[in-house]
Amino acid sequence: MEKSVVFNNKLLPYLLLVPQLIITLVFFYWPASQAVWQSFKREDAFGLTSEFVGFENYQSLFAQPEYYASMLTTLIFSSLVAALSLSIALLFATQADKNLKAAGAYKTMMIWPYAVAPAVAGVLWLFIFHPSLGTLARPLRWMNFDWNPLLNGNHAMILVVMAAVWKQISYNFLFFLAGLQSIPKSVLEAGAIDGAGPMRRFWTIVFPLLSPTTFFLLVVNIVYVFFDTFGIIDAVTGGGPAGATTTMVYKVYADGRLGGDLGGSAAQSVVLMVIVIALTAIQFKYVERKVQY
Amino acid sequence: MAFRQIGVAASVTVALALATPAYAVTEIQWWHAMTGGNNDIVNKLADDFNASQSDYKVVPTFKGSYPDTMNAGIAAFRAGTAPHIIQVFEVGTATMMSATGAIKPVYQLMKDVNEPFDPKAYLPAITGYYSTSKGDMLSFPFNSSSMVMWINKDELKKAGVAEIPKTWPEVFDAAKKLKAAGHTTCGFSNAWASWAHIEQFSAWHNAPIGSKANGLDGFDTVLEFNSPLHVKHLQNLMDLQKDKTYDYAGRGAASENRFASGECAIFLTSSGYYATAKSTAKFDFTSAPMPYYPDVAGAPQNSIIGGASLWVMGGKKPEEYKGVAKFFTFLSDTNRQADLHQKSGYLPITKAAYEKTVKDGFYDKNPVLQTPLKELTNKEPTENSRGLRFGNMVQMRDLWAEELEGALAGKKTAQEALDAAVARGNAMLRTFEKTAK
Repeated sequence: MEKSVVFNNKLLPYLLLVPQLIITLVFFYWPASQAVWQSFKREDAFGLTSEFVGFENYQSLFAQPEYYASMLTTLIFSSLVAALSLSIALLFATQADKNLKAAGAYKTMMIWPYAVAPAVAGVLWLFIFHPSLGTLARPLRWMNFDWNPLLNGNHAMILVVMAAVWKQISYNFLFFLAGLQSIPKSVLEAGAIDGAGPMRRFWTIVFPLLSPTTFFLLVVNIVYVFFDTFGIIDAVTGGGPAGATTTMVYKVYADGRLGGDLGGSAAQSVVLMVIVIALTAIQFKYVERKVQY
Repeated sequence: MAFRQIGVAASVTVALALATPAYAVTEIQWWHAMTGGNNDIVNKLADDFNASQSDYKVVPTFKGSYPDTMNAGIAAFRAGTAPHIIQVFEVGTATMMSATGAIKPVYQLMKDVNEPFDPKAYLPAITGYYSTSKGDMLSFPFNSSSMVMWINKDELKKAGVAEIPKTWPEVFDAAKKLKAAGHTTCGFSNAWASWAHIEQFSAWHNAPIGSKANGLDGFDTVLEFNSPLHVKHLQNLMDLQKDKTYDYAGRGAASENRFASGECAIFLTSSGYYATAKSTAKFDFTSAPMPYYPDVAGAPQNSIIGGASLWVMGGKKPEEYKGVAKFFTFLSDTNRQADLHQKSGYLPITKAAYEKTVKDGFYDKNPVLQTPLKELTNKEPTENSRGLRFGNMVQMRDLWAEELEGALAGKKTAQEALDAAVARGNAMLRTFEKTAK
């Protein structure tokens, strides 16, 4: 007979939850509520004067055409980065999962870029593609291709997308590789015996079995492109040219930190927070249905 | 046992810590944004000051870029741990001066601690930027520069340009010749897009950037740089951008090395670029005053300064303020100022230091360093050329550059871009006005 442990103390579960709850409250709910509160106020940079203005910050925010432009930029930027970094990482992971001679070295090299800080990654790419300094920009110009991320918004976008993707591939690679390694070999061998080719085995066996990993990474990557990429944008383009790479999170930074407009900046972060919560909720409600655990 | 030992050690430490102030010197925290050679100069100044007396100790701390340093200071103020002195770049002036209570105006500081201080000893072209309309000095100018046109003399000669161009039409002609002579990617260019084509351009042509003497006389200023003159200039740049006779080089100083690399033979940027140009350019170079349009009456007027000044934070102890005042007097010393100017390329802030440098014959050997001073003192400053003071200027500069980029990329006409820059800037000014009451 199995001995079941019963805790009669009603308080104990709550006590055990307290540390986690405190961390969540202090590091998530408290700052988030601060942002909401701040978004209803108008304050100078030094915090010397402060007045409650209700929804005025939101009104002026939604009256700016630049804000809608930054929403569109964010949409383009985040779909490109998420799609590219996930698919390239999956490709690399499937290759690394094969029996390679230098698999260890290959995997280590793949993981390295993750250790690079976003701003540093941005600067690296800037040096490669800077119109007049860049090691790769010179051959481009030499081939009479007018590579100019300083004025051409599309070029600037390509540049920040490359830097952001490059940095995120390592992370995705790591999870995909772990996911691939947990797929039982017997299933794949059974497929092979039944005559399924490598492509077919990938799409009918590997990909569905990877779906929990893919789903997890999708959520993480969306959060990454929405929040963690502003270091790259700041270092590479500063949101330019002409606002072509000003994403929503970069605008929060620019208005709050460079502009000293804390209320407007807080209002933007609240909007951003709502969008990300909604996106994550949608993902859990609809995309997760297709996930096979 | 072990606990007791720790207890004893702790109480000894506490006793020592409590005892220390009784015989310690007063520390003055100085946050700055100087890198490279200029960082060494800052440290040397602090060391020299500390060695010159024993009551005060200036402790310089590097806090990152100009915006980083300013934000670090603001954040520290909000947390109650502000430094005594903070170096703020010129565009942060309006934000700092509107923060009554957070800062201690320099003239007030000098009066409070009875430090001898003669505001007339300083060059008005420089201190005017950091003073109230009544002439009270709010912050202490530290490193000042202005915008000049850097010239690659070797390449100009090769391209058959006999004389250094003085006017914009001459610059355009020279750039076309340079382009024909092989400079296919850049005839001329500039760093600091907004500073060059809006701020300095306006002052140099005696045209207002905004009303109320460019904001110096009040925060209810309105931007006005969408005039026909500005539109014409931007249109010229747009036309020349098409075949790279002019090539846009970004909002900041990152592309300055397009001059040193020889790519752009005519390049407008800060006079503070001198030290870098000297160490990196492998050709004969010089600086010349910024170009102007000869058909504009009164042009050229005078240029305005850039660089940074030292702000004193509020709420500190009297003996600390005494130390800050002593340090400023130390910095104003004629020999020290002259030496600082000649080594760093930044402008001298006192009249005596300027005169000494002239008398020493320094400019005969280094005419490059006199160009910004000639520009600044070219004429008696007017309402349009005394300086500028706009709230949120840090971000506004980016905003203006954004619109310039839109025009140069062919997405907007010159008029549309400047109208948008003015309208968006005005919206920011109104927000600032509400918080700065």
